[in-house]
Amino acid sequence: MTAMSTVPWLTILGLIPLVGALFVAFVPGSAETAKRMALGFSLVTLVIGIIAATQFDVSSSAQFQLGEQHSWIPQFGVSYALGVDGIALVLILMALVLTPICLLAAWHDVPEEVGPRGGQRAKTYFALLLVLETFMVGVFAATDVFLFYVFFEAMLIPVYFLIGRFGGARRQYAAMKFLLFSLAGGLVMLVAVIALYLQGPGGTDGFLIERLTGLSIDPTTERLLFVGFFLAFAVKAPMVPFHTWLPDAATESTPATATLLVGVLDKVGTFGMIRFCLQLFPEASQWATPVVVVLAVISVIYGALLAIGQTDMMRLISYTSVSHFGFIVLGIFAFTSVGQGGSTLYMVNHGFSTAALFLFAAMLVRRHNSNSKRIGDYGGWQRVTPALAGIFLVAGLSGLALPGLSSFVSEFLVLVGSFSTQPVATVIATSGIILAALYILLMFNRVMTGPKPEELVAEGVTVDEGWRKSSGGTTVRDLTTRDKLVAAPLIAAFVVLGFLPNIALNFINPAVDKTLSYVQQAIPSLNPAGTAAEGSSK
Amino acid sequence: MTAAVLPALSNQSALPAAFQASEVNYQAVMPLLIVFATALVGVLVEAFVARERRQRVQVTVAVVGLVAATVSIYWASSNIGLTMGLSDGATNRSLFALAIDGPALFLQGAILLMGILGVLTMAERLGGVGPDAFTPSGASTPGSPVETAATRAGALTSEVFPLTVFAIFGMMLFPTTNDLIGMFVALEVLSLPLYILTGLARRRRLLSQEASLKYFLLGAFSSAFFLFGTALLYGYAGSVYFGDLSAAISTAPLAMNGLLLPGSFLVFVGLLFKVGAVPFHAWTPDVYQGAPTPVTGFMAACTKAAAFGAILRLAYVGLDTARWEWSNALVIVALLTMVVGSVLSVTQTDMKRLLAYSSIAHAGFILVGVLAFDRTGVGAVLFYIVAYGFSTIAAFAIVSLVRQNGAEATHLSQWAGLGKNHPVAASAFAFLMLAFAGIPLTSGFVSKFAVFSAAVGAGATGTVLAVVGVLCSAITVFVYARVIVLMFFSEAPAEKVEVVTPSAMTTFSIAIGTLTTLALGVVPASLLDLADRASQFVR
Repeated sequence: MTAMSTVPWLTILGLIPLVGALFVAFVPGSAETAKRMALGFSLVTLVIGIIAATQFDVSSSAQFQLGEQHSWIPQFGVSYALGVDGIALVLILMALVLTPICLLAAWHDVPEEVGPRGGQRAKTYFALLLVLETFMVGVFAATDVFLFYVFFEAMLIPVYFLIGRFGGARRQYAAMKFLLFSLAGGLVMLVAVIALYLQGPGGTDGFLIERLTGLSIDPTTERLLFVGFFLAFAVKAPMVPFHTWLPDAATESTPATATLLVGVLDKVGTFGMIRFCLQLFPEASQWATPVVVVLAVISVIYGALLAIGQTDMMRLISYTSVSHFGFIVLGIFAFTSVGQGGSTLYMVNHGFSTAALFLFAAMLVRRHNSNSKRIGDYGGWQRVTPALAGIFLVAGLSGLALPGLSSFVSEFLVLVGSFSTQPVATVIATSGIILAALYILLMFNRVMTGPKPEELVAEGVTVDEGWRKSSGGTTVRDLTTRDKLVAAPLIAAFVVLGFLPNIALNFINPAVDKTLSYVQQAIPSLNPAGTAAEGSSK
Repeated sequence: MTAAVLPALSNQSALPAAFQASEVNYQAVMPLLIVFATALVGVLVEAFVARERRQRVQVTVAVVGLVAATVSIYWASSNIGLTMGLSDGATNRSLFALAIDGPALFLQGAILLMGILGVLTMAERLGGVGPDAFTPSGASTPGSPVETAATRAGALTSEVFPLTVFAIFGMMLFPTTNDLIGMFVALEVLSLPLYILTGLARRRRLLSQEASLKYFLLGAFSSAFFLFGTALLYGYAGSVYFGDLSAAISTAPLAMNGLLLPGSFLVFVGLLFKVGAVPFHAWTPDVYQGAPTPVTGFMAACTKAAAFGAILRLAYVGLDTARWEWSNALVIVALLTMVVGSVLSVTQTDMKRLLAYSSIAHAGFILVGVLAFDRTGVGAVLFYIVAYGFSTIAAFAIVSLVRQNGAEATHLSQWAGLGKNHPVAASAFAFLMLAFAGIPLTSGFVSKFAVFSAAVGAGATGTVLAVVGVLCSAITVFVYARVIVLMFFSEAPAEKVEVVTPSAMTTFSIAIGTLTTLALGVVPASLLDLADRASQFVR
């Protein structure tokens, strides 16, 4: 059941960025004003998001709260139904936190052009990022399968334009590849969505998740439906072998787009596995587990190996994500509350740590005299930009799950939770941690350590107009105030969630247990072996 | 021929003394009558109104007539469920039967509304004296002395408006008739004006003439198929009236299937030709490319609506009882149409040809809805027709505005970088492309969802069709995304391509088409409801 809310918090959360996008795109004025306006709108959304979170009753975070429900297309059984449980809430909050950070980091991504409409390109860029925020809220908050699908697919369009219009040299290819992979997965899911409705009770609100939970579907049909949903999520997540779009998309897009793409949008895949695959098709999820777990372990190892081999920083970071998503999927399909709780926490932490890696690497790239992304073009930069090197190291350590930083907690929970049901897979996946240390530390080593890159400092070429003014164009500047504003909240998140993971886990765990209870109802023999381990890990 | 085979002929006294007209409810056929009268008035205007005022008067007459007809549908709808027709006196057979039912009136309304938008785009003058897209002497070579003489003599092109209204009349009649002869008459009434309109393009005349001839010849063939099929079915059932046909199928002996099967097949061929279903699609790309662009938009939207109305009526009323005999053939046609339409659209380099193949693919998607064989299928098809029609008229109207050196720039490479210099037109076109691709929050998504869910609900065959449809959608996404890539992500070519500023009429058409595409994507409930309520046929 969904607890209804008198104030439509979630609709408001979705509407503010959308209205903001219209303002940013169409109100005349300089691009600078528009960017400030965009940042303002995203900050207002964040504040309202926090207020909404205070209205959320943590003690019953297993059930959907802050709910809204209106009939939308009764002929199809579609409702405009929103609501969040603990899992959705933390993911929405993560998206709300990341958006202003990305906007701030994206300030100089799109240079102003000469001419009367020279600022329009930058305005469009910021407006699209805000539109994306609307869809991110919607996709996590939808409690109607059809509505979820609408957001899931509509979300592709702003990203497609963000990559295709504002990306690097091969942006057209990357945008097209992204769109085709995602849509192919999504359209297969569409058939499953239609078929699922026909399995359910039907009626004018037959697409509500609660109406479709606990159906007794014939096993073959259920498995087909599961595969339909899972394919879409596996492309999104991305899991090996559907991951090949990610490195292209993440490398060719701007860092802010890449951050939101990998940090938030890809989480829709893993979120969808919990919310739809497990909850709606518990028996089929159990049936598919061996294959999924193998794919997850392959993702962990293969992603990490590919990351080690990369020469391009952004590509390396995106392959680390393939590896991390392997862990998340492993935790989800371990069917233990510890594993799934860990996976959900992992989604949040991975959002922050990927954001940090992408955005900090982008800071480095901007300072390079030819804006190179090649690792080989760097070396000794910690002598030039020590503070940047410092935060880069912190981001890297968070990526390799150093104890004390947030990723450690979630990775540990996933491995502990998975070991009881999937011991072999867990043991193999654990070696991913060692590989993670390799790819992060090797990159840091090549980029930051070594002799001071004299020629760069002598040339002192920078691209950022702001620096050039303030530094007189003679040296490469270390962190600017804007860079610090980008870095501070991310690093704070690492530390806070590293030491006090229960802030998030209190929201997550009851919701995860509820999902598992659906699985148990369908398969009574399944004993969630994680209950014992739960106490020890906390 | 023996008396046993043709008892009616052997006994002279059984022949009708005279055809008797049945009671005509004028309220119920008012929309048809108004449109027919408008066309006739248009002919008179062409003859008697002074040259300099003719264009304006013609547009006004056409639009006012079509609007009046649209309004009169409201009163006609109080007669839903009415059938009427000529009876031959001796028996109770109806010979020219009209069915005033939900699908008929819904499609009449849709054709009228889309027809109004079509007329408005055809009236675009772009500062010239007559409609910009048309030539006064279609048979001449561009720039030849013949054409110059015609222009000097003051020849005008305002006859396109009565022709269009005649076509609209035929289109409205097409899904309203409940018998094969009436359907054939409607088919010809709608086709002949279109053959002429296709050949009247002012620029790229040879393409236009080729298109017109091709359309005419192939159209004549398909009409002949239809007529031959009608003859066979008459031989089978002894009647061309759908009600009799349907009843005869359930009682006639199996041995007669030798007439029923080829008859049904040939009649379907005639209709599938009009919607451009594979393998009867060969005319579509050439005609779409050669016809004046506003005519192409009008044809794509309205002809499709009319022909699908007729297909629905034939499939659900006339031949419904013989469904098992022909539905598999139609399934194959639907599969072929979707696959061929979407795959071939990938390789197109001309915008109008691309949209032509896209319309073929859409015809396949609509056929999937037809094959659901229940009321949800009918409702879904009706919704799809409206959603696709409005988008497609707006899309072709935008195509007609993209110019290089005054001529339409239809080659894809000419569209590169359009988004940079003409963001509004390019954004509208990109949005329509997303609708064709079936992205959520556009009408294209809702309509695809409607037909596919109807198909999946119909059983295993429907599910296969839906899966293939979804995969073909994925292919077409590539095509439409490529257009967006060109417009927004590529650099403009050296030679300047511009979007000319249209008159208020074309702007209105584009705006309405685009806004309808958005509205039907975000709040489709009311039209879906209307389509659902209108999905009941009468016999």
